[in-house]
Amino acid sequence: MPAIRASRSRSDEGRWFPFGTGLVASLSVLLVAGIALTMVEGSWLSIQKFGLSFWRTSTWDPVAGEFGALPFLWGTLYSSFLALLIATPVALGIAVFLSELSPFVLRRPLIFLTELLAAIPSIVYGMWGIFVLVPLVRQLQGLCPEWLKATPFFKGPPLGIGLLAAALVLAVMIVPFSASVAREILKSVPFSQREAAYALGATRWEAIRMALYYGRTGIIGAIMLGLGRALGETMAVTMVIGNNPQISLSLFAPQYTMAAVIANEFTEAADDLYLHALVEIGLVLFVVTILINALSRLLIWRVGGGRGEKAALPAAPVAR
Amino acid sequence: MRIARFLLGAALTTLLVASPALSQTIQINGAGATFPYPIYSKWFSEYNKLHPNIQINYQSIGSGGGIRQLTNQTVFFGATDGPMTPDQLLAAPGKVLHFPTVLGAVVPIYNLSEIGSDLKFSGETLAGVFLGKITRWNDPALAKDNPGVTLPDAEITVVHRSDGSGTSYIWCDYLAKVSPDYKKTVGVATSVNWPVGLGGKGNEGVAGLVKQTPGSLGYVELIYASHNQISYGAVKNLEGEFVKATVEAVTAAASSAASKMPADFRVSITNAPGKGVYPVSSFTWLLLFENPKDKQRSRLMVDFMKWALSDGQKFAPELGYAPLPQGVIDLELPALAKIKVK
Repeated sequence: MPAIRASRSRSDEGRWFPFGTGLVASLSVLLVAGIALTMVEGSWLSIQKFGLSFWRTSTWDPVAGEFGALPFLWGTLYSSFLALLIATPVALGIAVFLSELSPFVLRRPLIFLTELLAAIPSIVYGMWGIFVLVPLVRQLQGLCPEWLKATPFFKGPPLGIGLLAAALVLAVMIVPFSASVAREILKSVPFSQREAAYALGATRWEAIRMALYYGRTGIIGAIMLGLGRALGETMAVTMVIGNNPQISLSLFAPQYTMAAVIANEFTEAADDLYLHALVEIGLVLFVVTILINALSRLLIWRVGGGRGEKAALPAAPVAR
Repeated sequence: MRIARFLLGAALTTLLVASPALSQTIQINGAGATFPYPIYSKWFSEYNKLHPNIQINYQSIGSGGGIRQLTNQTVFFGATDGPMTPDQLLAAPGKVLHFPTVLGAVVPIYNLSEIGSDLKFSGETLAGVFLGKITRWNDPALAKDNPGVTLPDAEITVVHRSDGSGTSYIWCDYLAKVSPDYKKTVGVATSVNWPVGLGGKGNEGVAGLVKQTPGSLGYVELIYASHNQISYGAVKNLEGEFVKATVEAVTAAASSAASKMPADFRVSITNAPGKGVYPVSSFTWLLLFENPKDKQRSRLMVDFMKWALSDGQKFAPELGYAPLPQGVIDLELPALAKIKVK
């Protein structure tokens, strides 16, 4: 009885399993295409009226019906890349310590705590940002020497609210993601590689560098995963960035992001053109995310180049 | 298996028994402004206690969303903090009527540790600050409004709402009335192109930023400032008095407007004339179609509105809203009678 059953289900599997999974897989493609189509339709008025100037101008005036979204694009990219710059060394440090250096007793609790950071809701990060981080940034700005404040990167009144506060919150939010993926990558570096390095007389530091080099494609993937999260983060950012659509190099200036302006203004956008302009921002956020993902893929492919698929393998589940 | 069959049977039986009772309960759905949400939900639950067969549901998705859903007829009634524009009225599939339900006020809040809650502001000064023309606390305009107060030589950090909001609408509406310059450069809407300042999300966001930032000046709803003990300033009214917002001062603003009320109630009562009037006050409106398809719900909704305008008003002050003056209610009842219920 069990034998017959097994053989029958095997033939069923043969027919239905590829079909079923294929159906589900094509669903995700359809979903992405559907989202893109709906958003193009929902932003059509704005695309028609402003064309490319929507992305070249910086006046956002719902009263006059004039919409230019450059400051939002700028704020999103600036804050995300700054967050990446801050988070990457920290995340790599955590990953290296946990996979290579940490004493065994510390490893489990540290992994648990790092991953706990990822489970905190973004509104809580926003609250923490506004009550703890913002006053700290304000003090930091007060401590800046005058010559530094004269540079375009550090000028402006001491508000605390602004790009740096947003980038710091984002950095804390993306560290656990990048760190835990990078740790998995380092773990997957074959032990024989390390043994070979030690056998050639490498120091511990050199062996770690070798492991990092071996897993570089996956590590880039880990960083890009963080970037993806930073680009779309809404709540925590809007609470600390100051929500002022201006293009400024200054880390202390209040700025605005694409996700934040949609969340802020969508509910009260009664006018059609206004609504379409907001959806167009969403559309571009969508395109930017896809572009960055494609770019990271390309990077992984180029870096992994000579050794082909095998080297890129650990990155596959990472870079989505 | 047996358990599953039993459960299915039980569920079917329950459905059969319960369905006549269910069909007697009538649901009426509405959507719109967040500002009146606390009083509306209080009203709907109190009214449900009086009439258990009528259940009114309200989604506070924002004025813009409320108008859009009403226009698409996905809800039976809408609610808004700024009256519908002529374009929006034309876009609606039928004639939409506005009914003021309660009143609210917006107050200027600030963070100057050395000065208590006694600052005074004239409308022109506030407009100057929000236009970015007055940038320091010891500006002559602020000094003139506050004789005898030593104002600090510090920069003013303006804080406004970042989200689209009826609160911003009322604030801009007032500033545009007192300053032609403000009307021209900024205008009146639920979100505008702010010339200066930081944006905070929601009343709590603005209050949080003001509490955090020394030398800041922002605006929030009166309910929010009074419930959270945030110090707020007095604003100069049309008679030249500096008035601090209270429930009475806000109702007074509506009383003075009642004499010149247009037939469709789409009126702004900011900067209203009269003694003791708080100038940054506004109605919030409930929106109904004059001739809806569903006459049964129409009749129930008109009955509800009559209750809200009479017995319902007594719930307003405890929730921080000002009740409507009798003069306005007397104008609304005949307008309600125009709604087709048969």
